[in-house]
Amino acid sequence: MKKIKILFRLIIILLFFQNYCLAETSQEVDKISKNLRCLICQGQSVYDSQSDFALSMKILIQNKIDEGKNDEQIYEYLKAKYGEWIVYDPEINKNTILLWVLPLILFVFGGILILRKVSIK
Amino acid sequence: MSKNFKLISIVLFTLFSFFILLKGLDKSNIYSPEIKESNVDFNFKAKYLFSEEEVFINELLNNEGMSLINIWASWCLPCRDEHAYLLNLNSLNKLSIIGINYKDDEKNAKQFLSELGNPYTNIITDPKGINSIEFGAFGVPETYLIDNKSKLIIQKFIGPLDDKAFAKIINIIQ
Repeated sequence: MKKIKILFRLIIILLFFQNYCLAETSQEVDKISKNLRCLICQGQSVYDSQSDFALSMKILIQNKIDEGKNDEQIYEYLKAKYGEWIVYDPEINKNTILLWVLPLILFVFGGILILRKVSIK
Repeated sequence: MSKNFKLISIVLFTLFSFFILLKGLDKSNIYSPEIKESNVDFNFKAKYLFSEEEVFINELLNNEGMSLINIWASWCLPCRDEHAYLLNLNSLNKLSIIGINYKDDEKNAKQFLSELGNPYTNIITDPKGINSIEFGAFGVPETYLIDNKSKLIIQKFIGPLDDKAFAKIINIIQ
């Protein structure tokens, strides 16, 4: 009876440990998939989506992590396959320069407006 | 002076926003990635359908002519519609058609082929959908025309093949 009890406890500990390990690895997948756009869904990330595409993508990310690839390499790999659009963080190039510069222009413009108003008063 | 500046800036800003939105309207919302041929690496292994053997995709592409890679599944309705085009292409004997069976049940796949005919020279499986990602696929069905020698994707067809796509393939292979 005592032996069974010990065995039972061991199994529980093992199960707990296994869960812990699984959680550890899937956290990395979650982190990467949150930064990826699900290309066939509207406004969802790969992390949020349960579509076939997103599910495969998550398995692929896990495989790449197991192969020892880091975040940057995985993003580069997917960008090469699906283009810039798949990542939520666009690079600065001639197509996206307006996207990056516009807030800055608006900020400066607003600042000028406020300064003028204050100096007039 | 200050009034003028305000007016001019508001007018300029309105015009600026107007043209940006106008340009946005012109642009099509359908996103399709540019084909980046050089990035498809055919050097990966996959299991044959109806057999336990594994093969490198590279080995399936001969060094001459062209191949058609078609991603399909028995549960995919548009695949049924495009199947006639594939059978037709196969009967021309001009290219080898490689099927990628996407997230499918082997029994259903077999039934699908015995019902509609088998246009494929080789069929490999993709139970997790990972192999299709190597080609930059979004889902089923998708078809790629590949030049065997240079291993480049010449043409990509997202969605089922239709008359237009069929004519295009015929045009290229002849």
